[in-house]
Amino acid sequence: MRALNAMLSTAGAGLLTLMSAGAAFAQDRQVGPTQDGWYLQEAATPVMEELTRVHDIVQVIITLIVIFVVGLMAYIMIRFRESKNPVPSKTSHNTLIEVIWTVVPVIILVIIAIPSMNLLYMQDRLPQTQMTVKVVGNTWNWLYSYPDYENVEEYVSNPLDETQSKQVGQPYLLATDAPLIVPINTKVKVLVTSVNNMHAWAVPSFGVKMDAVPGIINETWFEVFEEGTYYGQCSEICGINHYYMPIEVKAVSQAEFARFIAGGGEVEDKFAKLEGGAAVSAAND
Amino acid sequence: MVAISGEDIPVVHDDHDEKPRFFERWFYSTNHKDIGTLYLIFGIISGLVGGFLSFMMRLELMAPGIDIFTNEHTYLVFVSMHGLIMIFFMVMPALIGGFGNWFIPIMIGAPDMAFPRMNNLSFWLLPVAFICLMISFFVPGAAEGNGFGGSWVMYPPLSTTGSPGPAFDFIIIGLLAAGFSSIFGAINFITTILNMRAPGMTMHKMPLFAWSVLVTAFLLLLALPVLAAALFMLLTDRIEGGTAFFDPARGGDPQMFQHLFWFFGHPEVYIMILPAFGIVSHIISTFSKKPIFGYLGMAYAMVAIGVVGFVVWAHHMYTIGMDVNVKAYFVLATLVIAVPTGVKVFSWLATMWGGSIRFTVPMIWALGFIFLFVVGGVTGVMLANAGVDTYLHDTYYVVAHFHYVLSMGAVFGIFAAWYYWHGKMFGYHYSGFLSRLHFWLFFIGVNMIFFPQHFLGLNGMPRRYVDYPVEFEFWNQVSSWGAFVTLASVVVFFLVMAEAFLMRKKRKVGNNYWGEGATTLEWTISSPPPYHQFSVLPRIDGGDEDHAH
Repeated sequence: MRALNAMLSTAGAGLLTLMSAGAAFAQDRQVGPTQDGWYLQEAATPVMEELTRVHDIVQVIITLIVIFVVGLMAYIMIRFRESKNPVPSKTSHNTLIEVIWTVVPVIILVIIAIPSMNLLYMQDRLPQTQMTVKVVGNTWNWLYSYPDYENVEEYVSNPLDETQSKQVGQPYLLATDAPLIVPINTKVKVLVTSVNNMHAWAVPSFGVKMDAVPGIINETWFEVFEEGTYYGQCSEICGINHYYMPIEVKAVSQAEFARFIAGGGEVEDKFAKLEGGAAVSAAND
Repeated sequence: MVAISGEDIPVVHDDHDEKPRFFERWFYSTNHKDIGTLYLIFGIISGLVGGFLSFMMRLELMAPGIDIFTNEHTYLVFVSMHGLIMIFFMVMPALIGGFGNWFIPIMIGAPDMAFPRMNNLSFWLLPVAFICLMISFFVPGAAEGNGFGGSWVMYPPLSTTGSPGPAFDFIIIGLLAAGFSSIFGAINFITTILNMRAPGMTMHKMPLFAWSVLVTAFLLLLALPVLAAALFMLLTDRIEGGTAFFDPARGGDPQMFQHLFWFFGHPEVYIMILPAFGIVSHIISTFSKKPIFGYLGMAYAMVAIGVVGFVVWAHHMYTIGMDVNVKAYFVLATLVIAVPTGVKVFSWLATMWGGSIRFTVPMIWALGFIFLFVVGGVTGVMLANAGVDTYLHDTYYVVAHFHYVLSMGAVFGIFAAWYYWHGKMFGYHYSGFLSRLHFWLFFIGVNMIFFPQHFLGLNGMPRRYVDYPVEFEFWNQVSSWGAFVTLASVVVFFLVMAEAFLMRKKRKVGNNYWGEGATTLEWTISSPPPYHQFSVLPRIDGGDEDHAH
């Protein structure tokens, strides 16, 4: 128990260091892959909540299937090993059991298919959306624009390098210099396309992944519940910097989003804010 | 099905086991067993090359940062070549070309393949193809680097405008050669199996391995021309001012390539696993000392998998922006495949039920196969659901899934077959201790590599990344340690071969060294078989259809 406490407090200390490193953004909720995680990322949209639920249902079913098959195999291996059962039976038919192991899987598949179909249609059929963002994949960065607002110019979202990420306290290979800004509690339509190679715009915590294909405009949607910064990564091989075109979405309050639009879609300079933050912390000292 | 009676086939009667001289025997060979051996040697060599590539990938991914590779392009070249080599030059040659050639004629009681010279051509196209792929490594590709880094799926525009230089052209030419090799092989197997079965061996008495190769051959015959067409289109699209099949700027459609590719690509995954199904059935039956449970169900389950395998291709493309109703169809069609697959797994278990099970080396590989195939199969059910796949598509979850069914399914099938027929092919046995060590190291190694990759995928790590956020470090590290264990197991495999070869005088085996339970025709002839077997065709007596196979 003491060891556990020690471990926890070490981890806590580590976390604190990380937080203070990014003084300016420490208050931000950042959602992306979890450290050494082994489960789905946190759900930030209704689609992702549903996706998590369907995943869990299927996961439980397939785990039970594996346990059943492995258990049965172990039982057979012990019970019918040569030393225990020297004379093999000659049975090679049993119509009833063959019917059962055909019909039962069908039933299980129907059980899986129903929630799966619900999720699929929920995810794919766009509801009445309240605004549109356009995402263009480029080798190797993302271009974001707001077709609804003519005063907002298309801007480029480039990855932050390792030093820059440290400076702003965001994870390297996930952080960008200019996130896509969206309001919370708003149904956002996303148009995705590409100007050269294929890419895929993916934000796992939204349950969104859509290929960016040149010559084709794909659409998908999301509605974020809470403010925060959400991370994703390009998910279709697109050349040498495939690993180096992260996706950062910043969900802000509707009021703040209105200010962002009114201001001509000027994305705040993270480094400017950082210097201010550093000055503040220096003053506190 | 009208089968030509075996007696009508002219048999050359100069079979005093006089083998041709070395060069003629191994370079002009028309003997199915020699060609099978050549295929196996070829598979081992390409397996080493492909394995080396993946080992370097795991070294790179052991820690965040780009440490091993000098540039990102080379990493992607390794990823792409690993896939292509393992599929076209390791699994397919070993299972179909190697064991298929060796044992299909013997198991159906035929003296040789139907078209021995075409068989020779099938094999020799492969080294040519492989050389083309190897050249591709060293000629200019994208990003001022050498080689092609567009992954084995070769999607345009990355593989057209995105990959200038001759590197990808060499791959196209190599794959076309490999494709023709497989088509010729498929024609040969179909003709052999349909026409050259021994008198009395009806289709429903045919061994399951022959069934599995027959279905595989049909899949090859129908799927590979589509790949060949798609590759030709890529080739002409790549020419400056050439065609524009996949170039949207000139009215083409890049997604069309994906449909063509996966119309080939999905049957391809069954091409790789079906022969392993057949082999595992024989091994389970042999070492349970029982006939296959539900023989007809087993045979037709493979046929069903083959047929349904042609109508599910777009489940590899859920995120390309298909219509939702189309996706719904592909979800349901894909889920259906679980049913015949389940029939196979349960029939294997039922074959063992009531048996008298011996845990020989091939048997533990076959049992390992069943376990790993089930694990890989159920994650397939997860991925079949387009909704959930939106999250998992192109993450490491997919990598884990298909390596469980291929790197572990198909490869466990290959090793099971290797250890099952080793004595039959070479005439001597291998060390029990070393081969068991090989099994356990390999089993632990591959599970260590691939099980954590499920976690990486669930946590959102995308595929084909040379570097990753630090959040993914731990499971990547575990996975890379698994690669070291697997490397050790490969070393042990070569020790098994070397040791067995050195001890070959002391470990001679008889006709049927597995004893009761081994009932197919290869166990009625000597080990190794005579250079030409069955100059007098065996007769398969009547009796209960399902018990005579």
